[in-house]
Amino acid sequence: MAHDTTVLVLGGGSTGCGIARDLAIRGVDVTLVERGNLTGGTTGRMHGLLHSGGRYAVSDQASATECIEENEILRNIASHCVEETGGLFVQRPEDSDEYFREKLAGCRDCGIPATVLSGREAREIEPYLAEDVARAIQVPDGAVDPFRLCVANALDAERHGARVETHAEVIDLLREGDDIYGVEVRHDSGPGKRTHATPGTTEEITAEYVVNATGAWAGRIGAMADLDIAVRPSKGVMTIMNVRQVDTVINRCRPKGDADIIVPHETTAILGTTDEEVDDPDDYPEEQWEVDQMIDTLAELVPIIEDARTIRSFWGVRPLYEPPGTGTQDPTDITRDFFLLDHDERDGVGGMSSIVGGKFTTYRAMAEEIADHVCAKLGVDARCVTAEEPLPGSEDIAVLEEGMDSFGLRSPIARRSKQRLGSRAPDVLETNENEANPVICQCEGVTRAEIQDAVEQSGSDLNAVRIRTRASMGNCQGGFCCQNMANELHPRYDEQTVRDALDELFQERWKGQRHALWGEQLSQAMLNYALHATTMNRDNDPANAPAQVDYAQFDGGA
Amino acid sequence: MAITDDVLVIGGGLAGATAALAAAETAPDARVRLVTAKQSTLRHASGLIDVLGYAPGSEGQEQGQGQKQKPIVDPFAELDTLPTGHPYERVGGEAVRDALEFFDDIAGDAYAGGHTDKNALVPTHGGTVKPTARYPAATADGLASDDRDALLVGFETLPDFEAPLAAAHIESAGAPFDARGVTLSFPGIVRDDAKVTRYAHLLDRDERVQSPGGSVNGEIGAREALAAAVESHLEGEPRVGFPAILGDDRPAAVRESLADALGVDVFEIPMGPPSLPGLRLEDLLYAELEDAGVRVTSGVPVVDYEAADGRIDHVVVDRNGAEIPHEAAQYVLATGGLVGKGIESGRERVSEPLFDCHVPHASDRYNWFVDDVFGEQPYARFGLAPDRELRPLDSTDDPEFRNLRAAGAVLGGYDYAAEKSGAGVSLATGYVAGTRAGEESV
Repeated sequence: MAHDTTVLVLGGGSTGCGIARDLAIRGVDVTLVERGNLTGGTTGRMHGLLHSGGRYAVSDQASATECIEENEILRNIASHCVEETGGLFVQRPEDSDEYFREKLAGCRDCGIPATVLSGREAREIEPYLAEDVARAIQVPDGAVDPFRLCVANALDAERHGARVETHAEVIDLLREGDDIYGVEVRHDSGPGKRTHATPGTTEEITAEYVVNATGAWAGRIGAMADLDIAVRPSKGVMTIMNVRQVDTVINRCRPKGDADIIVPHETTAILGTTDEEVDDPDDYPEEQWEVDQMIDTLAELVPIIEDARTIRSFWGVRPLYEPPGTGTQDPTDITRDFFLLDHDERDGVGGMSSIVGGKFTTYRAMAEEIADHVCAKLGVDARCVTAEEPLPGSEDIAVLEEGMDSFGLRSPIARRSKQRLGSRAPDVLETNENEANPVICQCEGVTRAEIQDAVEQSGSDLNAVRIRTRASMGNCQGGFCCQNMANELHPRYDEQTVRDALDELFQERWKGQRHALWGEQLSQAMLNYALHATTMNRDNDPANAPAQVDYAQFDGGA
Repeated sequence: MAITDDVLVIGGGLAGATAALAAAETAPDARVRLVTAKQSTLRHASGLIDVLGYAPGSEGQEQGQGQKQKPIVDPFAELDTLPTGHPYERVGGEAVRDALEFFDDIAGDAYAGGHTDKNALVPTHGGTVKPTARYPAATADGLASDDRDALLVGFETLPDFEAPLAAAHIESAGAPFDARGVTLSFPGIVRDDAKVTRYAHLLDRDERVQSPGGSVNGEIGAREALAAAVESHLEGEPRVGFPAILGDDRPAAVRESLADALGVDVFEIPMGPPSLPGLRLEDLLYAELEDAGVRVTSGVPVVDYEAADGRIDHVVVDRNGAEIPHEAAQYVLATGGLVGKGIESGRERVSEPLFDCHVPHASDRYNWFVDDVFGEQPYARFGLAPDRELRPLDSTDDPEFRNLRAAGAVLGGYDYAAEKSGAGVSLATGYVAGTRAGEESV
């Protein structure tokens, strides 16, 4: 039977895009489908640490060795996505000397360049380190922009003939007997280009071989063909700070722990992270105590964190996996290694392999191993070149920026505000220490300072503020944030002007939704209508009514 | 193994909880169970109990906002004038009164407004006022139909409520008192994006916070610190309003501490999601369900059912992947509307996903809406059409199943957002469906 594609990759995260690129360069016909947008799962929700391997140098030396190799490769092929910040493993007085020695020896065993610094030397590099920091080990950790790295892989895959289909959720695996031969996807709408399909339609895509690279969601895909893939999703919280308190990646030098990394990214720093197993990667509690605990712990290393301003917090889910029967209780102890599950060998069901576990830094090596495996299955004889071929944009950054636009993606971690604001970013974002800068639009992560800056340029036209900042353009389509945007106009503009501006914005946001008014968007529209009409009574506001309300007729209290 | 009950209520919002409580009261010996698939939509709700604030318009009418009508003073007097098919018309005016009495008994001191048939006008966080029949005790001193002057207090880290703007807006809406607003920083909140529950818990636990006077004075309780921050802004107003963050578990104690310290009445202005008054109402209902002996199973969606001879024999519940049959004599469907996903839609069709009960709607989805966002939206009326017993009817006006009733937003034929009738319809239909189910289960 004729297949639509030779290899079908499920999942548009770093692993899936890496596999698609690797196979496409080797001349294999590849299609990649992704439920949401690229990076929409775990890749877009990580702290952006490019591991030196130091973190695993004691507990898991195989992972550590692989990290330093991949770290060096990514600096070469994706220099535009990496910032070579360096990193410190910091020892506090209460932290064990023995572990410090083991860490240093482990780094040297694994080929990770490591230098010991005194407390004073460490503070010369990072002045905000706590006064009582005893020593530190300097390693080549870095910061990486996962959004751009992932998109660069997808772009290069497309250049080599791959089809990359976002907003296409797998709703079924096509299985005949003991053979998986494709998937059924449902197309949806969303940001980014949409060239292939109409929202709401479904499509069967058949393939000679399917690669399940859906990470924390791999179990759900497997279940569609009655395959048991026991992924153990583990959530972690990350918090974005408003400024870059450190210029180096800061780790705590102790055996293991939650909440012990600070990663500088462009104008911000990201605190990470916790490790707690969850049942459902799409639906888990996001709890305030996690953020509090992380800030408290990291403040032991960098005390100013305690009182610094956070922009927002977000959670991601690791796709941890361990072979059946291992039985590790604490998710921190589960290996960060990856596993290639060939369902033919494992379950007697051919046509598909799943990739689970692993980590972002080694995505390329994972992709290489999978691609080798798939090529062996298909009888393709071609060598992997992804360790040498630079990713698009490393010579001309504009190429990648265009790619980001065409996928409708910005990088909220690193460049969100900066892309919007350009060289003006410092002026806008560095607000007076004493002024609160809360997020006004949660979906797009737009803060008060940005709204105020846009109001200064656009006056009371909230639609112009919207276009400048993207506020109200996310999932809720303004249902939750239009009111908050309007609040920002006061007291610069009077109550009547604010009310009119809000009505205009809300009406404009509604217009765009009418053509997508079914399913989730209709539910959202009803919720927005209820919030504005039921809760706020904006549809029958007596301030707009020609007839006066006689308040004395109503219940004035018992 | 099948689980057997006398009454099975599907859905855990206001309508489902009321139905289960009414069934348990009507038939004290009956086994009543409530199953819910997910968090209810009460976290989105203001916590106000609206009955009828505005007369219903006619579907599809294009109307600009502000050109509608005056708010209804006495909602109970209007109940007999509603169009055929409206949930209130289905159950009758007397049942609505009974349901409100039933609610007043359940809520006790936590709610006010039951002393009169008249609607109160309550300030909203958007700044205007809305008519409602019952309001949380926390809002009782905040009525806009009370003519005492008010100081409204907002916080710079809570962008949902801009107090000076809200005060100006309330005056534009013609409220019979002077309102002023101030924006303060909230003592003890160090992060700009703290969740509303963080504010509430600071006050609940009266945590130690830095005194607003600076380090000289050291740390004091959060309630005292908040009162101290507000005090200098009072200009003789006898009442002070805050956004609804004054406590999660101990709101009455928080309000009392603030009122004592300031020497004025203290009230809350209902807010958008996540809404503490909505969550407090949920807590109240679930405590009552426990007291009434209702078996509550959460996190379990109904995924299938079997019917025979026009009756539902059993439904199948998914419990962590295991499919468990649940059998009952009577069933109440209270799964919510479009927001709660009791009503779903695709490009071609609007449907009720559990039993595929008939949902009247236009076949062309461009007829599901009108262009004015606040016009008479057809989609807002999507839902089941029931008989006077609240049994959903099929496309030929026969009951879908003889032992299935529906309550709350899964019902159609009314626009709760425009009418301000959401909680009242949930109470009235939940009460009637639960009572009938209880009666027929034994």
